[in-house]
Amino acid sequence: MVSLLENPHPIPGGLVLESHKSESLQDPVQAIPLPSELIIPISQHIGQAAEPLVKIGQHVAKGEIIAAASGYISAPIHASSSGTVTNLSEHPVPHPSGLNAICIHIQTDGEDRWAKSLDATNALNLEPALIRQRVMDAGIVGLGGAGFPAAVKCSTGLQSSIELVILNAAECEPYISCDEALILDRPEEVIEGLLIMRHALSASQCVIGIEDNMPQAKQALIEALDKLGEKDIPVISVPTIYPAGGEKQLIYSLTGKEVPSNGLPTDIGMICHNVGTAAAVYRAVTFLQPLISRIVTVTGSGVKQPRNLEVLLGTPISHLVDFCGGYMPDVNRLLMGGPMMGFGLQSDDIPVIKTTNCLLATTHKESPEPQAALPCIRCGKCTQVCPAGLLPQQLYWFAKTRAFDKIQEHDLFDCIECGCCAQVCPSHIPLVQYYRYAKTEIWEQETQREKSDAARQRFEFHEIRLAREKLELAERRSKHKQALKDSPATDKDAKKVAIQAALERVKAKKSAAQSASSGEADSE
Amino acid sequence: MKFTTRSSPHMPVTNQVSIMMRDVMLALIPGILFMLWFFGWGVLFNLLLASFTALAAEATVLKLRNKPVIDTLYDGSALLTGLLLALALPPLAPWWIPVIGTLFAIIVAKHLYGGLGYNPFNPAMVGFVVLIISFPLQMTLWPAPHGLEPGMVGLLDTMRMIFGGVPPAGHTLDSITMATPLDTVKTGFSLFDTWSEITNSPLFGALGGKGWQWINLAYLAGGIWLIRRGVIQWHIPVAMLAALFIMANPFYAADSDNFASPIFHLFSGATMLGAFFIATDPVSAATTPKGRIYFGVGIGVLIYIIRTWGGYPDAIAFSVLLMNMAAPTIDYYTRPRVFGHEDS
Repeated sequence: MVSLLENPHPIPGGLVLESHKSESLQDPVQAIPLPSELIIPISQHIGQAAEPLVKIGQHVAKGEIIAAASGYISAPIHASSSGTVTNLSEHPVPHPSGLNAICIHIQTDGEDRWAKSLDATNALNLEPALIRQRVMDAGIVGLGGAGFPAAVKCSTGLQSSIELVILNAAECEPYISCDEALILDRPEEVIEGLLIMRHALSASQCVIGIEDNMPQAKQALIEALDKLGEKDIPVISVPTIYPAGGEKQLIYSLTGKEVPSNGLPTDIGMICHNVGTAAAVYRAVTFLQPLISRIVTVTGSGVKQPRNLEVLLGTPISHLVDFCGGYMPDVNRLLMGGPMMGFGLQSDDIPVIKTTNCLLATTHKESPEPQAALPCIRCGKCTQVCPAGLLPQQLYWFAKTRAFDKIQEHDLFDCIECGCCAQVCPSHIPLVQYYRYAKTEIWEQETQREKSDAARQRFEFHEIRLAREKLELAERRSKHKQALKDSPATDKDAKKVAIQAALERVKAKKSAAQSASSGEADSE
Repeated sequence: MKFTTRSSPHMPVTNQVSIMMRDVMLALIPGILFMLWFFGWGVLFNLLLASFTALAAEATVLKLRNKPVIDTLYDGSALLTGLLLALALPPLAPWWIPVIGTLFAIIVAKHLYGGLGYNPFNPAMVGFVVLIISFPLQMTLWPAPHGLEPGMVGLLDTMRMIFGGVPPAGHTLDSITMATPLDTVKTGFSLFDTWSEITNSPLFGALGGKGWQWINLAYLAGGIWLIRRGVIQWHIPVAMLAALFIMANPFYAADSDNFASPIFHLFSGATMLGAFFIATDPVSAATTPKGRIYFGVGIGVLIYIIRTWGGYPDAIAFSVLLMNMAAPTIDYYTRPRVFGHEDS
């Protein structure tokens, strides 16, 4: 039994940031009109890209599977609306690299016609395995941002038993309010989803973690729990300190336990799901409804009317911005995600995908051009705010000097790239960029090493084989020579016998052939 | 619509090196005012000479190194080095004392090692040590504090002394200057005077030396302000002062005739200036939280040892430099426990 803390721990380090959530929470969630074209990338999750199942010109219905999961860590993709597949080609997708990827283009027919009728089933009567299958078939991935296939986190089969399911409603990054909007809009769906996951995982306990600056959402969740007669699921407020909503941070706040480095929450008997994922699981399991839409926060001073929108996956971002009244004249950047961990998009001709939680259009004031970096003066402010307990100033030094052994010894891979260190750095050093660079270099080196190890191994095997063959040949030869030396007479006899035998075989064959040909002649 | 991108985080960063340096300078003001009050115009000349030399030396070296001059001067680090060194110098020292010290601090101790962020030793203290080893006589030219005979040296007399080396009419160098309290204590003990005999003089106040105790209190106030503003962290000053105090206690308790009181150590010489403004120079100090405690403790212990048994009356500079040497090793062995790791 995991015991929850009476008073949640504040996370180590972290920053108190202006929340900027109220701007986008003025209006309730609104669905936006159907776009004329949907651009649906086949990779919207962590893991293997899905494999397209449709052809150009094919008509698809809403919710129809258009790309199948390939592998254990993968997720299928569904058509977000009915229409015709017009293209299967590369298109810019939301990714930090800014590179293109394969997308399925669908010309919508405006009917928005579902593939199948939606009958509700009582999910809590289903077998856990079936629930997991439905979550997987629905293509659900973690909607909090990471996009890890949710079905993998709904099964207990391969993992140690799960005691505690944590629902993450601590949406800690500034500006992002899609989780809060969802909770205010459909709290029951969130709770139902949690109950389904508890059932699927046969977990004994559940808890909901929420930030203490979201009292309305907390109230909505408590009321939904009451309505569903759930008395044993506490809703616990954690201090609003960025990044309190990080998975490991939230677990620490609620239970005082640390997920081991390199490990997963399942290692300590817990699993953590985002509220958006829970609602999607509810729809998938109860109505067999695949993940084809999500709530997206469109916000920032760079957009006229910040709000939360219910958006079909594949909708171009420009369509969302248009619905929000367009850009302000002084817009300078468009980010996917929040201002701390989000990444910049090069254009708005990019579709919304499963992990698009927020589109942040900033002005110069919100996201100025970075100032020239000064040398690190080792003031240690970064150490004070690092939620992972790292020494960012040392990591920076090692990254800069390419001391990759040292940087790993200083636990670079425990860095969650939250950006707190860079946010307080008086020298304006883009620290996170240095850490990403070092991580990439180390991965690259490891791949290279594996490759060269394999090549070396192949070469060594080859060398060993050659040497062995040489040795064996020499051995055979010497044996042979030895044999010749030892018994020349017997050997000659043996040869004679062999020749004799061969001659007799030839004779026998000849006579057999003759008798056969005569037989043939008889039959004629 | 097209956009430019950059690496996260994207929010404006409000903190700046120049703001931190400016805050440290502001925090020095109360101490500077008390120094001016007790030691007169010479303090001002030291500050001006060292500041000017620091900026000129920094600009020249930056130009030679093809680095941006104005932007880098604006970070305030060179000016701060000059100011800190000036505050450690005797007010009646000839003009070339602050000039040579500052030149050495900026050119050798800072820029030959790579400039801001790369110097392993505290530049101001390197400058100070060069001076005290090379020019020990000039480094004793402290006037009597305000309120004691022979009284304050006027502006013109101060200028004559600093720039001409001529003491005021009717005075010799010896009669216009006076040993500092730390010096007096050291000499007194070497002559087998007892602590009470030594301190039974108008040169001593309730906490430390006359004048010096107020100056130390003023630096203490400035330091506390810096900690509250988050410019420096508490670890180094608290560890250093605690170590000095705790070191002094058993000796004073066991033999109060032949050892100075712990309170006297805290409020004499450059103790408070050292604790809050010099030992806390982040570039040359240890950088891990635990490491900073060891670093501060090391300085405090060394100050006591050198003051009590060493050859110099005050010991901030030597102690800080010795611990600067140890800082990288301290950092290596005091890494904090990383989240999700077992105790290291």
